[in-house]
Amino acid sequence: MSAAETVAIADLTRARRRTGRIALVGLGLLAMAALVLSLGTGPLAIAPDRVVAILAEAATGRAVTGTDAAVVLAVRLPRTLAALLAGGALGVAGALMQGLFRNPLADPGLVGVSAGAGLAAALVIVLGDRLVGAAALPAMALPFGAFLGGLATTALLYAVATRGGRTSVTILLLAGIAVSALAGAGTGILVYLSDDRQLRDLTFWSLGSFGGTTWSKLAATGPLLALALVGALTLARALDALVLGEAEAQHLGIPVERMKAAAVVLTALAVGAAVATAGVIGFVGIVVPHLVRLIAGPAHGRVLPASALLGAALLAGADTIARVIVAPAELPIGIVTALIGAPVFLHLLIGRGTRLA
Amino acid sequence: MTRSLRLAIALVALLAGATPDLAGATPDPAAAVDLADTPIVSVGGAVTEIIASLGAADRIRAVDTTSTHPAAAVAGRPNVGYMRQLSAEGILALGPVRVIAVEGAGPPDVLKLLAEAGVRIDRVTDEPSPAGLLAKVRTISALVGRKAEGEALAAEIEAGFAALAQDRATRTAHPRVLFVIALQNGRPMAAGAKSAAAAMMGLAGADNAVSGFDGYKPLSDEAIVAAAPDAVVFMDRPGLTAADLLALPAIAATPAGRRHAVFGMDGLALLGFGPRAPAAARDLMAALDRHLAGAPK
Repeated sequence: MSAAETVAIADLTRARRRTGRIALVGLGLLAMAALVLSLGTGPLAIAPDRVVAILAEAATGRAVTGTDAAVVLAVRLPRTLAALLAGGALGVAGALMQGLFRNPLADPGLVGVSAGAGLAAALVIVLGDRLVGAAALPAMALPFGAFLGGLATTALLYAVATRGGRTSVTILLLAGIAVSALAGAGTGILVYLSDDRQLRDLTFWSLGSFGGTTWSKLAATGPLLALALVGALTLARALDALVLGEAEAQHLGIPVERMKAAAVVLTALAVGAAVATAGVIGFVGIVVPHLVRLIAGPAHGRVLPASALLGAALLAGADTIARVIVAPAELPIGIVTALIGAPVFLHLLIGRGTRLA
Repeated sequence: MTRSLRLAIALVALLAGATPDLAGATPDPAAAVDLADTPIVSVGGAVTEIIASLGAADRIRAVDTTSTHPAAAVAGRPNVGYMRQLSAEGILALGPVRVIAVEGAGPPDVLKLLAEAGVRIDRVTDEPSPAGLLAKVRTISALVGRKAEGEALAAEIEAGFAALAQDRATRTAHPRVLFVIALQNGRPMAAGAKSAAAAMMGLAGADNAVSGFDGYKPLSDEAIVAAAPDAVVFMDRPGLTAADLLALPAIAATPAGRRHAVFGMDGLALLGFGPRAPAAARDLMAALDRHLAGAPK
């Protein structure tokens, strides 16, 4: 390699790093903008300076009165924070899965969380209504059930795919398909048993919504989402090494088995807690990491935080639209994320598709 | 710039010290105005109908998607969405309102948020029976401060049911009815036991041709033939006609299909158990008589 070539490569690396840094800053600003937009807009018109005043008053610990204060503090703030956290966690979970499976089609659903959570939600909605009646069912039964269902399914998958301390990613993937189909059949039986209203509940749940995010709900799921987010960021170097292959990563000193376990647990945690917060929100987990790689390159040190920021911005922005567009009613957020995200993704694919290959 | 800075500081402070009790924005005392004059968000088809029948349609500020009748109470009003997917901010944005909702409206967390924001929420139990309807009328009339009108309406409904009972008593034949609420991929979704449709059939002096399940379920062709209904009643909706049902070989093969005793009825009137329930049951009875007149038993 000539000296000139070495310099050229060093330049290229530096340029890449710079783009990555700029992309991170840009996405950070985007997430901030989504936060401000989400707190500042809604069906109830509140002047921006009044929103700021309410937040400032509340921050100093004083009681603020008025309907607008109740809307900002009890409705917008918890659901905005929930959307940011859930979006970030889902984005990161997608990046984790795509890194672990070394497959661009991987999404957080692969480790069975979504299917398990869906089955548990159907159990709560249909059987809970039959056994104790919808009115007597505690409000936390559905999120809690969905969270446990997701985690239990992932634990089962992990046990199936692990033999003698080694986890086979291929068996994890294939068993995931089998277990998801099984959970789908269980959900199908419950759908058959359900009445008209339970069916509508299930449908709406599977489209997701941050409506009805209370502080107590956020207090329960928020820390789990944050934990998954932060935990995932620590896996960047290991995932980069894994790109070379499992054996090669092992030779580089990466504790591969522990890393796989961590990636699966963190994904289950992220998706389980997101599902408990807002029902099923598809699309974010699979598409956000791709969008990020198109703008920030493939290094996981950038992809993971950038996926968190873009996921957060996308969900908070989508939730704002969901709240406003059919006011005083509300659109399920899954519709909005796909409606905005899919065309953007397609556009990027058409423009720069060759870089994905 | 200073504004965004203040916002950022406020947020950091909030995040640092955020506790669930931060939600304790106390309701505006001024919002607690006289309930009798507070505009109503009416959630549930029968609730809206009853409020309108009590002469209080002008007090309805917004309705939900299940409220479709009467036009005077529904037309031009904002729609707050499906009764189980209400939006907290959407309803708060309507100004000072109270919510009168049929039991089962939600989600529970949204109702909790509304209550915390000082919105009065009343839930009305909903049981598909004459007694349930009378209870609904009395509850709602008390809630909107129209007890006298409520008693008058209840008396009228009671008289309607009593007349219906007399008519039923004089009848010997009880036609077997298959009620189709919708076609799902070309298969009829039929009313089983414990459904509002089954209750209305009983009031109209008819028997439910299908049994063995609760609520509404898709029926197989063989189950339709085995049920051998004398008449098929379906819920009137765009895209569902008697011809669609008669085109199904299974239905064509039943006594109802052979004598073309297949007809539609207004869904909310028939199944909503609102003030129109006695009249709807009578309509059903009359329509059955008309379609089965002179039919060989």
